[in-house]
Amino acid sequence: MHPLPIDDAVVDECRALAGDIAAGVQRFIDAHTTVSIERTVLRAYGIDGADAEGVPLVNTCVDRYLAAGRIGHGIAWWLGRALARGAASPQEAAETLAYGGDADDGTGGPSKAEVLAALAPHTAAAISRIDQARDKRAADRTRLGTGPRPWKYVIVATGNIYDDADQARAAAQAGADIIAVIRSTAQSLIDYVPYGATTEGFGGTWATQENFKIVRRALDDEQEKLGRYLMQVNYSSGLCMPEIALLGAVERLDMLLNDAMYGILFRDINPRRTLCDQYFSRRVIARAGIIINTGEDNYLTTADAVDKAHTVMASQFINEAFARRAGLPDELMGLGHAFEIDKSIEDSFLMEIAQAQLVRQIFPRHPIKWMPATKHKSGDIFWSHRVDGLYDLVGVATEQSIELLGMMTESIHTPLLQDRFAALKGADYVFNAARHLSDEIIWNPNGRVVARAKQVLGEARDLLREVKGEGMFSAVARGAFADVKRPETGGRGLGGVVEKDGNYVNPILDALEGKA
Amino acid sequence: MSERSKPTPEMIRAYGDRKDDGRIQLSFTLPVAPSGRAKEAARRFAEKLGLKNVLVATMEKAGSTFSFFVVYGNADFALDFSEIIVPEVTVPEWGFKEINHLVHDELGRKVVVVGACTGSDAHTVGIDAILNMKGYAGDKGLEAYPWFDAYNLGAQVDNAALLARAKELRADAVLVSQIMTQRDLHIENSQQLIELARKGGMRDLIFLLGGPRIDHKLARELGYDAGFGPGTKPSQVASYIVDTLLKRRHGAAQER
Repeated sequence: MHPLPIDDAVVDECRALAGDIAAGVQRFIDAHTTVSIERTVLRAYGIDGADAEGVPLVNTCVDRYLAAGRIGHGIAWWLGRALARGAASPQEAAETLAYGGDADDGTGGPSKAEVLAALAPHTAAAISRIDQARDKRAADRTRLGTGPRPWKYVIVATGNIYDDADQARAAAQAGADIIAVIRSTAQSLIDYVPYGATTEGFGGTWATQENFKIVRRALDDEQEKLGRYLMQVNYSSGLCMPEIALLGAVERLDMLLNDAMYGILFRDINPRRTLCDQYFSRRVIARAGIIINTGEDNYLTTADAVDKAHTVMASQFINEAFARRAGLPDELMGLGHAFEIDKSIEDSFLMEIAQAQLVRQIFPRHPIKWMPATKHKSGDIFWSHRVDGLYDLVGVATEQSIELLGMMTESIHTPLLQDRFAALKGADYVFNAARHLSDEIIWNPNGRVVARAKQVLGEARDLLREVKGEGMFSAVARGAFADVKRPETGGRGLGGVVEKDGNYVNPILDALEGKA
Repeated sequence: MSERSKPTPEMIRAYGDRKDDGRIQLSFTLPVAPSGRAKEAARRFAEKLGLKNVLVATMEKAGSTFSFFVVYGNADFALDFSEIIVPEVTVPEWGFKEINHLVHDELGRKVVVVGACTGSDAHTVGIDAILNMKGYAGDKGLEAYPWFDAYNLGAQVDNAALLARAKELRADAVLVSQIMTQRDLHIENSQQLIELARKGGMRDLIFLLGGPRIDHKLARELGYDAGFGPGTKPSQVASYIVDTLLKRRHGAAQER
């Protein structure tokens, strides 16, 4: 592939600026914890189950210590005290925290050393559980191999996990490499992870640990028949971002939608909450070897894809900077972007190819996620299918890694089985027909594609300079991304952000950060 | 209605290659693996739908137990087009400037509009296109109108919360966007809003419903003043609201 002739110094400057922006936020992140991070710590220790009303045990524990004003010490501290005092297992210790007499007020023994010693074997077991799942995935992937790139990514969204599993199999049989189970519409806004297998959802299926298992079991079975490793995707986003990361880690998910800013901009989740949660979730994801998918494609559903293309690129640099801080290697950063330019604009295809190529070469080792047209589509499925053909062509010509296939029924309904089939067949044709096209393309240095790429990169650099100048929180508050304004103390979930005490204890985080 | 007032019948059929040939295409999936029997099943299925001269143009393997078909056939049905009556929104073709002038000159106060995606719907594309500054297809959104106060409450807004906000802002019109259509949730939820408005004595506000699966007929059936489907421009919505407010004011003056 021949690179676009762009100025590498501008790229270096963008990376440096994004690094500074993330560093500014990291000071806040390191000084705070959230209820979802603390619940994730409990889940890492294997705490499971829910009460008769469906409230997960991890929520009851954390909410109780939050109400008592003691969560700044870290839930692990209180769990460790219960263990040191004789609880037979973390599960029993958590039940004591949740339902036992009064909440522990911290008076009397055991000592700090005793608490840490009581936690140590369980911390090791928690990390080992993540490592075993990662190793199992790696072994299956190596043994079976994956399909050629771009990997074909499709969505199932029936609301019933058993139907989802059947549709996932059918999609894999028709050539899909990656199956995403779309979540029930409002799940990102609820502050707990539902429990067990579910058969009713709204616009999607609830993300639960059991549902992850059911789909993985179907894919494990199907991939042996097809001789090709199959991947499952879900959403580590919303108020339970880190908890889903942990459940995804132990249930061998392959990819998780996970974005430093998406929840803030598109779900009105408090900025402080999301930025803390993204860090911990990415620490888990990095350990688990899961590929993240960032959500920059969404910017273009609210902001204009021609005028605001640079906000996508700026956000990619910022997402990369945050991901690096959380220990994610480039190979796990599926930065997102999309084919969302108004199709009535002359040379829109050239602008799309300019941006796709630019993203590809600036993030060379990253499994870039290429997203289809959604905004400028219509009920004319025949026209829409042709739009997807051009989209597929950009995907293969610019060597995108992960391609979420466009559906000809995009603006009509969640995909029917036959819609996915048509999309897969169409993508197979284009990918195969243009497999080595990228080797043949040399960009006209004075042409429209190069000019557009330089413009977008330059504007991204300018925006990053502004964001660095004013700080991330104020940039988000004034609508620098996606034309959406989110004040630092607005949105959902701020009540769940707590300053860490000086004696905060979180052995899971220490292990994930390589400190233990 | 007398015999004479009946319109002249105007019989129509689907037009494929020649007038009245009734040739149509359809595509569907059957939950069986491709085979001669599967193909025959697809043909018979099309015949049961009333098609004649059925041609199964393709049978594709869409999974180990699924076959995808594209089928052609002749539909013999003829419709009398003259008998088809559909209520359509009649909107004056006013532009941005004209609308603002009318509000300034005729109403002398700002028009207050509150909009939201209600229920569990998280898709704000539609309501944003109508309300947000940028608008849609080069047509400015209502936020950009100097003589409108437009409030976009965003996604997943509870029906009761929307009405409470409309009351507080003394809104003239309430815009509801419904994109999610799974299990007809959009219908149930849209109806509930109107019931709540009736109970709360707020039905005199202008209620508008929009979305990709919404048309004026459906909106009227659900109790709304008007419905707007895909492709609606902000100026059409603004024109409808202003036109209705002017007509109502005129009507009220006459009653007095």
